Amino acid sequence: MAHHLFLPLIVPLFSAGVATLISQRLAWARVIAVAATLFNLGYGTWLLVTVATTGRQVTQGGGWVAPFGITLMADGLSAIMLFLTALLTLVTILFSFATIDARQERFYYYPLLLLLMFGCSGAFLTGDLFNLYVWFEILLVASFGLITLGGSRAQLEGGLKYVVLNLFASLCFLVGAGLVYGVAGTLNMAHLAERLNAIQEPTLVTAVAGFFLIAFGGKAALAPLFFWLPTSYHTPSIAVTALFGGLLSKVGIYALYRVFGTVFQSELGRLAPLILAVAGVTMVVGVIGAMAQVNVRRILAFHIVSQVGYMAMGLGLASVAGLTAGILFMAHNIVVKTALFLIGGAAEHLTGSGELKQMGGMARREPFLAVLWLLASFALVGIPPLSGFFGKLGLIQAGVAQEQWLIVGVAAGVSLFTLFSMLKIWNEVFWKKAYGDMSRLPRAGAGLLAPAVILVAVSIALGLGAAPALEYSVLAAEQTLDTVGLARDVCGAGGCDAVELAVARE
Amino acid sequence: MYESMILRTIARLMLPLLLLLSLFMVVRGHHLPGGGFVGGLLASAAIILQIVAFGPDYAREIIPVNYLRVAATGVGFAACWGLLALVQGQPFMAARWLDTPIPGIGKLGTPVMFDIGVYLTVIGVTTQLALVLAEEPTLYPLRRSPPPQTEPMAPEA
Repeated sequence: MAHHLFLPLIVPLFSAGVATLISQRLAWARVIAVAATLFNLGYGTWLLVTVATTGRQVTQGGGWVAPFGITLMADGLSAIMLFLTALLTLVTILFSFATIDARQERFYYYPLLLLLMFGCSGAFLTGDLFNLYVWFEILLVASFGLITLGGSRAQLEGGLKYVVLNLFASLCFLVGAGLVYGVAGTLNMAHLAERLNAIQEPTLVTAVAGFFLIAFGGKAALAPLFFWLPTSYHTPSIAVTALFGGLLSKVGIYALYRVFGTVFQSELGRLAPLILAVAGVTMVVGVIGAMAQVNVRRILAFHIVSQVGYMAMGLGLASVAGLTAGILFMAHNIVVKTALFLIGGAAEHLTGSGELKQMGGMARREPFLAVLWLLASFALVGIPPLSGFFGKLGLIQAGVAQEQWLIVGVAAGVSLFTLFSMLKIWNEVFWKKAYGDMSRLPRAGAGLLAPAVILVAVSIALGLGAAPALEYSVLAAEQTLDTVGLARDVCGAGGCDAVELAVARE
Repeated sequence: MYESMILRTIARLMLPLLLLLSLFMVVRGHHLPGGGFVGGLLASAAIILQIVAFGPDYAREIIPVNYLRVAATGVGFAACWGLLALVQGQPFMAARWLDTPIPGIGKLGTPVMFDIGVYLTVIGVTTQLALVLAEEPTLYPLRRSPPPQTEPMAPEA
């Protein structure tokens, strides 16, 4: 049993508690936040290696035997997400040192960030469907706090939309969890997969799966439930936007992969055309929505929606190749999207405005920032050898292999429009003449650039090291789809039903 | 805040009784109905009764603690007792019991201590919520003139 799986949860929880107690001593709160994130980053790296060498890691909370207790498990997908969560939280904290004002920092900023990391890590590690719901609530409560932290009118308005849609999605999740418990009599993911694959009433299970599709589709900002994202993500501070943009919608995608790849695997084939259609519409709507925007962060927020569509496409192809490409694309996108928010945000922080009209001249004044932007935006569009290329290539290859021509065409076409939006920001923010007198504006210091440099470096590494990254994604996709192996690892060689029978006999 | 003599007299009398009852609930809770969550709600109800009868300032005065800190301490305390099993090579939160029961309280083990952590967390969070809501009129006075540009975010108690 891998009891170490509790550590990436305990450490952020304790640190959040301590950081709350000493939130007025800012220096110490910062130290604690960085230390806890570094621990999770180190643990995530170690877990990536451990999962690759020794396979799935499983432990049972409180020592209760699965499927009765709550299972924690880590496979390739969990390890990737856990690592990226810690990486993103770390760069966000570093970036907020340079940008956020001390009043907000004192108002429990670091405890909330740590709780967000706690919630996300828990969601990626849990092997229990209802427990996943609890983790979602934890990360949502933390994000509600972060999104309204400044207390301004726009933030409360954006926060309200965010809260309402997320509560609706949570409600669907809860209803789905209740129904699936009624149908299968268990909530352990391994046990559910075992039972649902053998169930006699497929239509009932399809209906229940629909609830989960709505719930996670809403949280991941898939069409038609994406509208909350662009109306709320540009309102909080830049660091928080970057973290949310990179991470939160991908937690929804992770849940989709986990629930439809593992738990409802029998339904995946049936719902695949629907998921593909939703994915295609999401890509197109997101990219068209971005064209109409004139604010840096709003453009980027619409592109989150568009790219979430690609990740859903990986699931909708319902094959190992599709899921592999989806995971690779998600890992790349989490890094690059956050990098873009940080770079655009740095320009916004320096200029003092995020409206394209009032920006400009950044290429001459901050050439290093401009280079970073070019690298990150080309990675997002998918120009080889940067990281986005391989994920998109994999998706398109998988689509072609399954003769899904329509979605392949849409995916390729949307890339062009993505390039258009990225060039628009390039022209307006970096290339065109300065909007006003720029000589009084602050210069970009190392503290402002370093977080983006880290992420762009990771993105380049992901592009140059595409072969090992792809190998790892294959491992992650195969582990996600391997329900037999999951039941064996969680409940023992006989499967979960055997454990339950044995206990009932006693 | 209601200026009612009956309510105020009763509220003053009920405060120690309700707090004692909440502690009783925590101790009883491991084998019978009760527990940290219910106990915490009872204790915070006792404090909220003071808010209703005397107003938030009085409630802060009679129990001068920072409730957010109580909550944070409670979370840490609860998690600490889960660690015990982890250190001994068992999964987090696996129960550890003392062999001999303590007279008057009963069997003592990590789940009881965990419950005390829950008790503190629930008191902290619910009372803080109630206090912040009760103090809202003084924090955000209603005005017909244009809204203030820099609003205070919350009390730094």
